[in-house]
Formats: sequence, structure tokens, C-alpha cells
Amino acid sequence: MTSLTLVRRIKARPSIVFDAVTTAEGIARWWGPDAGPVLIAEADPRKGGRYRVRFRMLDGTEHECSGEYLDVVRPERVVMSWRWKGGQEDPNESRVEIALGPVPEGTEITFTHSLLNDDETRRTHEEGWTGSLDKLEARFAGGEAV
Amino acid sequence: MTTRHDPPILSDVVNYQQRLDRTFAALVDPTRRAILAQLERKNSASVGELAEPFAIKLPAVMKHLDVLAEAGLITRTKSGRTVTVRLRHQPIREAMAWLSHYERFWSGGLDRLAASAELKEAESRSKVG
Repeated sequence: MTSLTLVRRIKARPSIVFDAVTTAEGIARWWGPDAGPVLIAEADPRKGGRYRVRFRMLDGTEHECSGEYLDVVRPERVVMSWRWKGGQEDPNESRVEIALGPVPEGTEITFTHSLLNDDETRRTHEEGWTGSLDKLEARFAGGEAV
Repeated sequence: MTTRHDPPILSDVVNYQQRLDRTFAALVDPTRRAILAQLERKNSASVGELAEPFAIKLPAVMKHLDVLAEAGLITRTKSGRTVTVRLRHQPIREAMAWLSHYERFWSGGLDRLAASAELKEAESRSKVG
């Protein structure tokens, strides 16, 4: 149930966006939180196949994540497990679902990054807390009271 | 009033993932968020004070407090007949850190993903056209 969702529209057809997300060549062009380079990109985008991406950030640190493709439906959907090598960024296995839908200007892409746990539980609880969390965070941004 | 002892602060013994799940599950409910907001303003409050603004009965409020305590979001201490409830900030910090970590990761890449796909789209159109 712990999850983050980001939605974005891209002016390219779903098949092109899908390849940008799932092929090694595509991944190498954008993966990572800043403009630092992708050093290794490997992807075998079929159910049971694996991926591995190593990238360097602008601060010089290198990070590597890898996982298994749990579901691949071109050009609509890809689901993969996610684990950081070394585990410093997040020690747990998580799950990324990328859904692509056609819209007039091209593709709407939805990234959902969630902790790996029981799907049923996740679906039933995955509602409306994100906005509230922002507010809570603003409130709790002060010192530790306890 | 019957009181139950809170378990030892669970967030210190169960693993990180379970802690996060509990935090988010606890925060899904609007009444529980309102209770936390009250506690944030007052720092501490009795169960009766916390229940006051709500149309629900005291036992229902107690249930919400159980969930919040199990998630480690509050502590309850009993003194005589009064139970004092206090906020614990750590679980929310942990949840926010998890979210912001991955939000930075994906939103950072999305611009480049869009630029790269849009370039491919333009290229494929110019080939066809």
C-alpha cells in the first residue's frame, strides 16, 4: 500500500515511449534522478527476464538497481521488481509498474512505485493520502517533539 | 474506562517495510489524520479532548487511537484515570523519506524520457513523411 504515483503526458506514440522505457538503448538516455550518465543498461523485457541499470549522479556517486520483469504487455504495461545493489538507498525490494495509454497528443505514462507486498492490500488502501501527506509533512516539518 | 497497554513501540522492532505499511495504512483514514493534526497543535491531549470534535463515539475514537499507536504515530500514557496521548514524528519522517526518494528519482528522469521519446517520434514522422 505504500506507493508513489507520477503521471505525465508525452508527445510520442505509446510504442515509442514503451521502447524508451524497456530497451537498454532507451533506458540509457534518461534513467536516473539527474543528468548524470547511465553507465550500464541491460534489459530483457519479457516476463521473467531481468534488467540492470547503473548510473552516476552529478555528485559523483554511482547507484545500481536491478530486478525482474513481472509482466510485460507491449505497448501498454510493464511491471518490474526493483532492488538497489548494496541497499543503501532502500534496503527492501520494491515494485515499479509503468502503464501507457494513448491520448490525443501521444501517450499518458503512469509510474507507480510501491513496496512489494500483497497486491490485494495495496489496491484497497491505495487512495488519497498523498495530498494529505503533503499537508502533514508541512505541519511536522518542525522539531522532533517526542 | 478500560485501558490497554500499548505494545512496546513497534516501530523500533519490526522491519522498515512493515513500519512504512503501518504508517500509510494509519494515514489513509481522515479521522485519524484529524486526530494527528489536533495532536500536532496541542502537543498532548487526553482521549476525551481528542474525541470532542468528532461525531463518532468514544469507543470508535479509541479504535482509531489503537491503529495510530500500533503504527507508532502516537504514544499513550496513563496517569490516574487520564490517558494522555502524544504524537511521535519518526514514522511520518520515514514514510516521507521513502516517497521523496523515489519521487526525485522518477520525476528527475521523466523530462529526459519525454525529450528522448519525442525526438524519436519526430524522427519516425520525418522518415514516413
